[in-house]
Amino acid sequence: MSERLVVNPIDCAGHGACAELLPEMITLDEWGYPIIDGRPIPPALDKDARAAVSACPTLALRLLRS
Amino acid sequence: MTTATRGTSAEGTATDLPRLLPASQQPQDWPAHHARHGPIPYRGAPGRLIPDLRDAGLTGRGGAAFPVHRKLAAVLDAATSRRKTPVVIANGAESEPASDKDATLLWLAPHLVLDGLQLAAEAAGADQAILYTHAERREDVGKRLRQALMQRRAAGVERVPVELAEAPPRFLSGQETAVINHIGGGHAIPTFMPPRVTERGLEGAPTLVQNVETLAHLALIARRGPRWFRQVGTAAEPGSTLCTIRRADRTPRVTEVPLGMPLRDLLGPLPQDGAVLIGGYHGSWVPAGQAVRLTLDNQSLGTAGARVGAGIVITLPPASCGLAETARTVRYLALESAGQCGPCLNGLPRIAAALVELAGARPRRQARADVERWAGLVTGRGACHHPDGTARFVRSALITFAAELDRHERGRCSGTSRQPFLPVPRGQARTEEDWT
Amino acid sequence: MLANVSRIDSTTALWYASRATGVVALLLLTAVMLLGVLVTRQGRLPGLPRFAVTGLHRNLSLLAVAFVAVHVLTAVVDGYVDIPLTAAIIPLASPYERLELGLGAVSLDITIAVIVTSLLRRHLSRRVWRGVHLLAYASWPVAWLHSITASSDMLHSWMLAVSVGCALAVVVAVSWRLAAAARDVPRAERVGLLMSAVHEATRGRERTTRR
Repeated sequence: MSERLVVNPIDCAGHGACAELLPEMITLDEWGYPIIDGRPIPPALDKDARAAVSACPTLALRLLRS
Repeated sequence: MTTATRGTSAEGTATDLPRLLPASQQPQDWPAHHARHGPIPYRGAPGRLIPDLRDAGLTGRGGAAFPVHRKLAAVLDAATSRRKTPVVIANGAESEPASDKDATLLWLAPHLVLDGLQLAAEAAGADQAILYTHAERREDVGKRLRQALMQRRAAGVERVPVELAEAPPRFLSGQETAVINHIGGGHAIPTFMPPRVTERGLEGAPTLVQNVETLAHLALIARRGPRWFRQVGTAAEPGSTLCTIRRADRTPRVTEVPLGMPLRDLLGPLPQDGAVLIGGYHGSWVPAGQAVRLTLDNQSLGTAGARVGAGIVITLPPASCGLAETARTVRYLALESAGQCGPCLNGLPRIAAALVELAGARPRRQARADVERWAGLVTGRGACHHPDGTARFVRSALITFAAELDRHERGRCSGTSRQPFLPVPRGQARTEEDWT
Repeated sequence: MLANVSRIDSTTALWYASRATGVVALLLLTAVMLLGVLVTRQGRLPGLPRFAVTGLHRNLSLLAVAFVAVHVLTAVVDGYVDIPLTAAIIPLASPYERLELGLGAVSLDITIAVIVTSLLRRHLSRRVWRGVHLLAYASWPVAWLHSITASSDMLHSWMLAVSVGCALAVVVAVSWRLAAAARDVPRAERVGLLMSAVHEATRGRERTTRR
């Protein structure tokens, strides 16, 4: 059961909390918007990924089961 | 204006086109259409048309070239599993300014499109059909379509009620989710998928969105079978397709050609250092020297980084500067962004401004690197493919006009005419009303 | 009521505990409201990482509910006045101070709904979650009204300062939020605005580099 991070670019306002909590998979571009690593989340980062999803103020970041 | 073209089939026998457009180039009313094509071959139950469409290998003619049978099957599956009746939408928005094929088709052969719409509705088990057209393309097209629908209702051939809907004149209004958003009462701007529209679209129902030309082909395949459809085109990409050809002399022609047709036959002689734009404003520039060796199919065009798309092929006049044309077009594309997604909103205006610099004299050294970086940043990071397509268009320009870039750096330009060539609408979206 | 009690006993201790936890709950809920407004404007707390705003908002709301739970239990257990446990969530179920406690129940009901929908966010549609969360704007004033009517303490000396201070803070925060939202550039105008801005910046750069 692998999961991937997906961001809804319409809801995303470039808050950046996600990148703070999961820098291994999310970086911010020069305008403050997240560049998401779309590969399956390694088990070690699972907790941080869930924290990042929770911390998004606009609920733009989601976990998608693949 | 249309032209009849001879195409060759896989079996080597010559087949006369056009199939969709009337040879007489006169608009076909119901009696003429019925006389030429016969009655609508309803199959009697949903899904029965799908095997024929699969064997015919019909792909979408709206630009994405997605196999029609797979879309229909997806809609049917969603309808069964979710127990919701599907909706079918004929997409005639043709929001690409350089394209004219859908407007021409709707003008000359509306009944073929409407036949296809009915057959697709039957195949999907839909109880509702909508024909979505561009508001400002041709003034009387709405009237023409209403007349056509009245004739059909009088003849008793319509099974599913057809509604007409208008697309606002914006570049994004023909995008699949924008179509549904607008018809559903919102703005003609994209929404984020998942779920796909075949699963959940208009008012939550599984929705089939097909380009009007695709439906016209479908209407003929239903009558004449998949083998007939495959008599022109290539084995991998069968059938004919409508193209909007714009040569240096500027008058656009809509013509129906077989897929796989050599571009040099389509375009005639090309200037030595010239360039060809294939696929419209989300397509690619290709140097003339390379273009003359290509054929109109994705397999061949792919070698030059291009795709058939919606069949727009434009030759750049020798007197025009490719960079200036690209800059002007990208400015339009940037202004047409819905402004919903951060990367597109931020990236496209910056790319546009940098291109204006590159199209001018002695641009900053950094400008080209900036454009490359921004093109990479916007790709794949929006809710729709507007930033991706624009980035593709821009990158192909930087490659194809590399020599021109060098000239501009030295303060020169090979263009001798300042007349704008590529058709770019004036005006820009300023308020919410512009998208309704 | 309490003027009749002449000696400190367990009843009084429970009653004091209920009032004290009530005040703390009000303070916490006020903080949650302020943080909530900050979240909607994607604001930051100075010196703290970005995720701290949503994190604090969430954690303090859970803490507030904990304090409300103690506040309710101590009031119920204290036998001096008869308050059934159900009055905590069913408005008007208490014979004692029916209306005033009813306000508290309404506020608690909304708060529970907000927290439950937030915990189950992943399984709910965005619209549902947002709709329930907006009720928080109603929950806070109701809680505040409960606090100033259920016990006259909140209108005296330093408690009055707390009541007024909290109300002021929330009013200011919500007004600020509405004003800022009104100043937001409508989506359709963002692109045009950015195009002009970028164009101006390019022109400016050209002017400075031209010899």
